[in-house]
Amino acid sequence: MVHEIPAASLDAESAEWVRALAGTGPPREVALARLHGLLVRIALRDAGRRGPQHRITGPELTDLAYQAAADALLAITAKLGQFRGESRFTTWAYKFVIFEVSAKLGRHFWRHPSVPFDAEDWDRLPDRFGFQPERESEWHDLLTALRRAIDTELTPRQREIFVAIVLNEVPLDALVVKLRSNRNAIYKTLFDARRKLRAALDANGYLGHDSTRCP
Amino acid sequence: MNDWQALDRFLQTDPRDVGCAEAMEMLHVYADLVAEGAQAEERYPGIAAHLRACGPCGEDFEALLAAVRDTR
Repeated sequence: MVHEIPAASLDAESAEWVRALAGTGPPREVALARLHGLLVRIALRDAGRRGPQHRITGPELTDLAYQAAADALLAITAKLGQFRGESRFTTWAYKFVIFEVSAKLGRHFWRHPSVPFDAEDWDRLPDRFGFQPERESEWHDLLTALRRAIDTELTPRQREIFVAIVLNEVPLDALVVKLRSNRNAIYKTLFDARRKLRAALDANGYLGHDSTRCP
Repeated sequence: MNDWQALDRFLQTDPRDVGCAEAMEMLHVYADLVAEGAQAEERYPGIAAHLRACGPCGEDFEALLAAVRDTR
Protein backbone atom coordinates (compact mmCIF):
# COMPACT_ATOMS: atom_id res chain seq x y z
CA MET A 1 0.00 0.00 0.00
CA VAL A 2 1.34 3.43 -0.91
CA HIS A 3 0.30 6.23 1.38
CA GLU A 4 -1.25 9.29 -0.16
CA ILE A 5 0.73 12.32 0.86
CA PRO A 6 -1.54 15.33 1.11
CA ALA A 7 -0.47 18.53 -0.56
CA ALA A 8 0.80 20.75 2.21
CA SER A 9 1.75 24.35 2.55
CA LEU A 10 5.08 24.95 4.21
CA ASP A 11 5.35 26.23 7.75
CA ALA A 12 7.25 29.50 8.01
CA GLU A 13 10.53 27.98 9.14
CA SER A 14 10.52 25.33 6.43
CA ALA A 15 9.68 27.93 3.80
CA GLU A 16 12.64 30.00 4.93
CA TRP A 17 14.97 27.02 4.68
CA VAL A 18 13.78 26.22 1.17
CA ARG A 19 13.95 29.85 0.07
CA ALA A 20 17.50 30.24 1.37
CA LEU A 21 18.83 26.94 0.03
CA ALA A 22 17.24 27.44 -3.37
CA GLY A 23 18.66 30.93 -3.62
CA THR A 24 22.14 32.24 -4.26
CA GLY A 25 24.83 34.28 -2.59
CA PRO A 26 25.51 34.85 1.11
CA PRO A 27 22.03 33.87 2.38
CA ARG A 28 22.45 30.45 0.77
CA GLU A 29 25.96 30.06 2.18
CA VAL A 30 24.72 30.92 5.64
CA ALA A 31 21.87 28.40 5.35
CA LEU A 32 24.24 25.69 4.08
CA ALA A 33 26.64 26.27 6.97
CA ARG A 34 23.81 26.19 9.50
CA LEU A 35 22.31 23.03 8.05
CA HIS A 36 25.73 21.39 7.90
CA GLY A 37 26.24 22.15 11.57
CA LEU A 38 22.93 20.54 12.46
CA LEU A 39 23.71 17.47 10.33
CA VAL A 40 27.16 17.04 11.91
CA ARG A 41 25.65 17.22 15.39
CA ILE A 42 23.04 14.59 14.55
CA ALA A 43 25.54 12.34 12.78
CA LEU A 44 28.00 12.44 15.66
CA ARG A 45 25.34 11.50 18.17
CA ASP A 46 23.79 8.78 16.02
CA ALA A 47 27.15 7.29 15.04
CA GLY A 48 28.26 7.37 18.67
CA ARG A 49 25.16 5.46 19.68
CA ARG A 50 25.36 2.83 16.96
CA GLY A 51 29.11 2.61 16.35
CA PRO A 52 30.08 0.11 19.04
CA GLN A 53 27.62 -2.45 17.64
CA HIS A 54 29.50 -2.15 14.35
CA ARG A 55 32.90 -2.28 16.06
CA ILE A 56 33.90 1.27 15.21
CA THR A 57 34.90 3.95 17.71
CA GLY A 58 37.18 6.96 18.13
CA PRO A 59 38.48 9.10 15.26
CA GLU A 60 37.30 6.61 12.66
CA LEU A 61 33.75 6.97 13.93
CA THR A 62 34.06 10.74 13.99
CA ASP A 63 35.28 10.71 10.38
CA LEU A 64 32.33 8.54 9.42
CA ALA A 65 29.94 11.01 11.03
CA TYR A 66 31.46 14.01 9.25
CA GLN A 67 31.39 12.16 5.93
CA ALA A 68 27.75 11.21 6.50
CA ALA A 69 26.90 14.87 7.17
CA ALA A 70 28.74 16.02 4.04
CA ASP A 71 27.09 13.40 1.84
CA ALA A 72 23.69 14.18 3.34
CA LEU A 73 24.10 17.88 2.66
CA LEU A 74 24.90 17.14 -0.99
CA ALA A 75 21.85 14.90 -1.29
CA ILE A 76 19.56 17.41 0.39
CA THR A 77 20.56 20.26 -1.90
CA ALA A 78 20.30 18.00 -4.95
CA LYS A 79 16.81 16.83 -3.94
CA LEU A 80 15.49 20.09 -2.57
CA GLY A 81 12.83 20.17 -5.26
CA GLN A 82 11.47 16.87 -3.97
CA PHE A 83 10.60 18.32 -0.55
CA ARG A 84 6.81 18.47 -0.56
CA GLY A 85 6.15 19.96 2.85
CA GLU A 86 4.51 16.90 4.36
CA SER A 87 6.83 17.34 7.36
CA ARG A 88 9.02 20.12 8.65
CA PHE A 89 11.96 20.75 6.34
CA THR A 90 14.48 19.91 9.04
CA THR A 91 12.84 16.54 9.78
CA TRP A 92 13.01 15.69 6.08
CA ALA A 93 16.65 16.79 5.99
CA TYR A 94 17.66 14.90 9.12
CA LYS A 95 16.41 11.68 7.57
CA PHE A 96 19.15 11.94 4.96
CA VAL A 97 21.96 12.06 7.50
CA ILE A 98 20.52 9.24 9.58
CA PHE A 99 20.26 7.00 6.52
CA GLU A 100 23.82 7.95 5.58
CA VAL A 101 25.09 6.92 9.01
CA SER A 102 23.25 3.58 8.74
CA ALA A 103 24.65 2.85 5.29
CA LYS A 104 28.20 3.79 6.22
CA LEU A 105 28.12 1.67 9.37
CA GLY A 106 26.88 -1.24 7.28
CA ARG A 107 29.81 -0.88 4.90
CA HIS A 108 32.27 -0.53 7.76
CA PHE A 109 31.20 -3.84 9.32
CA TRP A 110 33.04 -5.84 6.67
CA ARG A 111 36.42 -4.29 7.43
CA HIS A 112 36.69 -6.48 10.53
CA PRO A 113 34.03 -9.21 10.35
CA SER A 114 34.08 -11.45 13.41
CA VAL A 115 32.68 -14.46 11.58
CA PRO A 116 32.02 -15.31 7.90
CA PHE A 117 28.46 -14.31 7.09
CA ASP A 118 27.69 -17.81 5.78
CA ALA A 119 29.31 -19.87 8.57
CA GLU A 120 26.90 -22.52 9.83
CA ASP A 121 27.80 -23.20 13.43
CA TRP A 122 24.42 -24.40 14.60
CA ASP A 123 25.66 -24.82 18.16
CA ARG A 124 25.20 -21.04 18.35
CA LEU A 125 21.46 -21.27 17.74
CA PRO A 126 20.32 -21.88 21.35
CA ASP A 127 22.26 -18.85 22.56
CA ARG A 128 20.80 -16.65 19.81
CA PHE A 129 17.37 -17.10 21.37
CA GLY A 130 18.48 -17.15 24.99
CA PHE A 131 18.00 -20.86 25.54
CA GLN A 132 19.88 -21.84 28.67
CA PRO A 133 22.07 -24.97 28.49
CA GLU A 134 20.93 -26.22 31.89
CA ARG A 135 17.34 -26.30 30.62
CA GLU A 136 18.08 -28.16 27.40
CA SER A 137 15.57 -30.87 28.22
CA GLU A 138 12.83 -28.23 27.93
CA TRP A 139 13.84 -26.74 24.57
CA HIS A 140 15.66 -29.57 22.81
CA ASP A 141 12.63 -30.79 20.87
CA LEU A 142 11.62 -27.24 19.88
CA LEU A 143 15.04 -26.40 18.49
CA THR A 144 15.21 -29.75 16.72
CA ALA A 145 11.92 -28.89 15.05
CA LEU A 146 13.21 -25.42 14.20
CA ARG A 147 16.36 -26.85 12.61
CA ARG A 148 14.27 -29.27 10.61
CA ALA A 149 12.01 -26.44 9.41
CA ILE A 150 15.01 -24.34 8.42
CA ASP A 151 16.26 -27.24 6.29
CA THR A 152 12.95 -28.20 4.75
CA GLU A 153 10.85 -25.03 4.54
CA LEU A 154 13.22 -22.23 3.59
CA THR A 155 14.47 -21.42 0.12
CA PRO A 156 18.27 -21.21 -0.29
CA ARG A 157 18.04 -17.40 -0.20
CA GLN A 158 15.87 -17.39 2.92
CA ARG A 159 18.24 -19.81 4.60
CA GLU A 160 21.27 -17.72 3.62
CA ILE A 161 19.75 -14.59 5.15
CA PHE A 162 18.52 -16.43 8.25
CA VAL A 163 22.00 -17.85 8.85
CA ALA A 164 23.70 -14.48 8.38
CA ILE A 165 21.39 -12.41 10.53
CA VAL A 166 20.27 -14.87 13.20
CA LEU A 167 23.13 -17.32 13.52
CA ASN A 168 26.05 -15.01 12.73
CA GLU A 169 24.54 -11.73 13.99
CA VAL A 170 25.40 -9.79 10.85
CA PRO A 171 23.62 -6.41 10.98
CA LEU A 172 20.96 -6.17 8.30
CA ASP A 173 22.53 -3.08 6.73
CA ALA A 174 25.86 -4.91 6.53
CA LEU A 175 24.19 -7.85 4.80
CA VAL A 176 22.70 -5.40 2.31
CA VAL A 177 26.25 -4.48 1.32
CA LYS A 178 27.48 -8.07 1.22
CA LEU A 179 24.61 -9.31 -0.94
CA ARG A 180 24.42 -6.12 -3.04
CA SER A 181 20.76 -5.89 -2.18
CA ASN A 182 18.62 -3.37 -0.32
CA ARG A 183 17.11 -3.20 3.14
CA ASN A 184 13.57 -3.86 1.94
CA ALA A 185 14.48 -6.99 -0.01
CA ILE A 186 16.49 -8.50 2.85
CA TYR A 187 13.77 -7.69 5.37
CA LYS A 188 11.07 -9.14 3.13
CA THR A 189 13.03 -12.36 2.64
CA LEU A 190 13.56 -12.72 6.39
CA PHE A 191 9.91 -11.85 7.03
CA ASP A 192 8.82 -14.69 4.76
CA ALA A 193 11.30 -17.04 6.42
CA ARG A 194 9.97 -16.14 9.88
CA ARG A 195 6.41 -16.72 8.72
CA LYS A 196 7.27 -20.13 7.25
CA LEU A 197 9.16 -21.23 10.35
CA ARG A 198 6.32 -20.20 12.63
CA ALA A 199 3.82 -22.06 10.48
CA ALA A 200 5.97 -25.19 10.63
CA LEU A 201 6.34 -24.96 14.40
CA ASP A 202 2.62 -24.23 14.77
CA ALA A 203 1.81 -27.31 12.74
CA ASN A 204 3.81 -29.37 15.19
CA GLY A 205 2.20 -27.76 18.21
CA TYR A 206 5.19 -25.77 19.43
CA LEU A 207 4.10 -22.12 19.23
CA GLY A 208 0.83 -20.21 19.10
CA HIS A 209 -0.88 -19.13 15.91
CA ASP A 210 0.16 -15.95 14.11
CA SER A 211 -0.65 -14.14 10.92
CA THR A 212 0.61 -15.09 7.50
CA ARG A 213 0.48 -12.12 5.17
CA CYS A 214 3.55 -10.47 3.72
CA PRO A 215 4.70 -6.86 4.07
CA MET B 1 11.30 -13.85 29.93
CA ASN B 2 11.44 -17.60 29.49
CA ASP B 3 13.48 -19.42 26.89
CA TRP B 4 10.68 -19.56 24.36
CA GLN B 5 9.63 -15.93 24.33
CA ALA B 6 12.58 -14.59 22.33
CA LEU B 7 12.01 -17.15 19.59
CA ASP B 8 8.25 -16.63 19.72
CA ARG B 9 8.69 -12.87 19.36
CA PHE B 10 11.19 -13.25 16.52
CA LEU B 11 8.79 -15.44 14.57
CA GLN B 12 5.82 -13.11 14.99
CA THR B 13 4.86 -11.33 11.78
CA ASP B 14 2.31 -8.53 11.59
CA PRO B 15 0.15 -8.51 8.46
CA ARG B 16 0.03 -4.71 8.58
CA ASP B 17 3.83 -4.45 8.28
CA VAL B 18 4.54 -2.24 5.24
CA GLY B 19 8.20 -3.22 4.87
CA CYS B 20 11.31 -1.07 4.85
CA ALA B 21 10.81 0.84 1.60
CA GLU B 22 7.52 2.47 2.56
CA ALA B 23 8.57 3.02 6.17
CA MET B 24 11.76 4.77 5.06
CA GLU B 25 9.85 6.87 2.54
CA MET B 26 7.43 8.10 5.19
CA LEU B 27 9.76 8.17 8.20
CA HIS B 28 9.99 11.98 8.40
CA VAL B 29 6.21 12.33 8.27
CA TYR B 30 5.74 9.70 10.95
CA ALA B 31 8.45 11.21 13.16
CA ASP B 32 6.87 14.65 13.02
CA LEU B 33 3.50 13.22 14.00
CA VAL B 34 5.04 11.40 16.96
CA ALA B 35 7.02 14.49 18.01
CA GLU B 36 3.86 16.56 17.89
CA GLY B 37 1.93 14.04 19.97
CA ALA B 38 -0.43 13.28 17.10
CA GLN B 39 -2.02 9.88 16.48
CA ALA B 40 0.83 8.54 14.35
CA GLU B 41 0.21 4.86 14.99
CA GLU B 42 -3.52 5.15 14.35
CA ARG B 43 -2.88 7.02 11.12
CA TYR B 44 -0.10 4.77 9.90
CA PRO B 45 -0.53 1.36 11.58
CA GLY B 46 1.56 -0.39 8.94
CA ILE B 47 4.52 1.84 9.61
CA ALA B 48 4.12 1.42 13.36
CA ALA B 49 4.05 -2.36 12.90
CA HIS B 50 7.16 -2.23 10.78
CA LEU B 51 9.13 -0.04 13.18
CA ARG B 52 8.39 -2.50 15.98
CA ALA B 53 9.68 -5.44 13.96
CA CYS B 54 12.58 -4.08 11.93
CA GLY B 55 15.71 -3.31 13.93
CA PRO B 56 17.42 -0.99 11.42
CA CYS B 57 14.27 1.00 10.62
CA GLY B 58 13.40 1.18 14.29
CA GLU B 59 16.86 2.54 15.05
CA ASP B 60 16.59 5.07 12.24
CA PHE B 61 13.24 6.19 13.57
CA GLU B 62 14.52 6.58 17.14
CA ALA B 63 17.51 8.55 15.86
CA LEU B 64 15.29 10.80 13.76
CA LEU B 65 12.88 11.39 16.61
CA ALA B 66 15.77 12.22 18.94
CA ALA B 67 17.14 14.68 16.37
CA VAL B 68 13.78 16.36 15.97
CA ARG B 69 13.28 16.69 19.70
CA ASP B 70 16.84 17.86 20.27
CA THR B 71 16.69 20.66 17.74
CA ARG B 72 13.24 22.13 18.50
